[in-house]
Parts: sequence; structure tokens; C-alpha cells
Amino acid sequence: MGTIDSRFRILAAAMLGAAPILASAASPAELRAQFEAAAREAEPAYAGLSASRGEQFFRSRHGSEWSCASCHTDNPLSAGRHAKTAKDIAPLAPAANPKRFTDAARVEKWLRRNCNDVLGRACTPREKGDVLAYLMSLK
Amino acid sequence: MNDTVKRLPFDLTVWTVSIVAGLALLAHEAMAGHDFSSARNARWQAECGACHVAYPPQLLPAPAWHRVMARLDRHFGTDASLDPGAAAEIGAFLERHAARTSRDTASGRITDTGWFVREHDEVPAATWRSAAVKSPANCAACHRRAEQGDFGERSLRLPR
Repeated sequence: MGTIDSRFRILAAAMLGAAPILASAASPAELRAQFEAAAREAEPAYAGLSASRGEQFFRSRHGSEWSCASCHTDNPLSAGRHAKTAKDIAPLAPAANPKRFTDAARVEKWLRRNCNDVLGRACTPREKGDVLAYLMSLK
Repeated sequence: MNDTVKRLPFDLTVWTVSIVAGLALLAHEAMAGHDFSSARNARWQAECGACHVAYPPQLLPAPAWHRVMARLDRHFGTDASLDPGAAAEIGAFLERHAARTSRDTASGRITDTGWFVREHDEVPAATWRSAAVKSPANCAACHRRAEQGDFGERSLRLPR
């Protein structure tokens, strides 16, 4: 029932979805370099990204209800679960999910939302870079 | 006399056909009431469906969807903000296919509508609390084809 129809829908969705993805295509390494450059600009005494600082940040509740790990779990190589709706979340670490951090606009959208949810503010470039360095260190 | 004997099987056939057709129609109506798959939009599916089942537009009236879209930065306890282009497209889609009947709620939650409560009054309290369900927002825990807009009983399975 409706297989042709749903195949068409998937095709249409893929074609529509392709445009914004192509417009902001990136790689995890490119995004990490961008965060690092922005952090250096914001903090002259900056000494470089730190995966261990990123891990600490990822697991901390920052004095509020949630941490990044609340949904993405303490092991970002595995699938997570939305803390409110219970919907499955694909793994966040690029080693486990090659689609992660390949679309700059998508990354910015989720960081805007999720930093607001966890910290009640935007994340700094250093915080973003540290977390990405941590996620990229996971194999 | 002869006439009555002859007509009897004919009457039976007419009755049988009518009853079967009537039941089929009722079954179709009942299923149609749970099939929301006709209204689809790729951006709605991608954006709303990122955090929960992309709830069918038919489940809330247009003013309720309007309120949801106007407060996406405070969306039931999370920031679900969208870029203006995506928000406009999804908002228009939701309002175009919104419920015609009154399915409104003060809270803005689909799960608080009288319709939702009535439809789920047979679900045991333990099922709602189970780890597999966790939240009434988690349609797909029981409605296995919820992602496709199919909330019919045939694809319904309560988790243990």
C-alpha cells in the first residue's frame, strides 16, 4: 500500500533537502578549525582546543536540569534518546555517524537551540570547539 | 406462495450484501479517522520530526498551530527555534491542513485535547509509565507506523 507514493516522497524529500546541505557543506575538521580561529580572536591568551575540557563540558549540568549527555548519553558513540519525547537520537560522534558535523547551518541551528536548553545562553566558540574536539577524539 | 419462496434467497442476498457493505464502510470510516498520511511536507517532516514524531497537522486547529509556531524558542520546555524561511513554510503547511473541528487545548498540547484523551482511555496507566513509552509525546512507541501518518489499529502494538 502506497510504496510507490512513499518512494516518490522520499525522492522528493531528498531533492528538496539536498539544496541547503550543499549550501553549507563542511567537514568536522573544517568546523573545528573555524571554532578554534573564532576562539583565538575572542581570547588573545587562548592556548588551543582541549578534548578533555570538552568532555567535562559535555557531561556537566552547568547548574541546571540538563547536560549535553542527558540526550546524547555519556558515550556519544552510541545512540541517544530525547530527554523529553524519548525519540531516538543518532550517535553524535563523527566516528560512529559520518553525517555529523558535515553541514554548518545544521550545526549552528542545533548548537543555538541546545546551548540555550542546557546553559540558558549561547555557547562560546571555545566551548563549541572543545566539545567538537572531544567528539572527534572518540573512536 | 411460489413468489415468496423464490424471493427469499434474493432477499437474503440483498441483506447479506448490504450488511457486509455497511460493515466495510464503517471499518473504512474508522480507519480513515486514524490515517493522516495525506498531508506531507518535507521540511515539516525533517524539522518537527527531529525531536518527536512530526505530529499530523490534522490534530490541532489552525489557531493552535499558529501559537505553537509563534513560540518555537520556548517549545514545551525546549528551544526549537527555526530560521524564518522554514518556520513560514511549516506554519503555512500546518494551518492549511489543520483540524476543522474543535480540537483546541488551553495548554497547546495535543495530548490534552478531549479527542486524544477519549482515543486513549483504554490504555493502562502502567503502559504510559513504561520505559518504552516514557512520554505521551512518543506516539511511535505504540503506533508503529506513526512516522508515516498511520495511526490505525492494524499497526498498533502496546509495548510490554
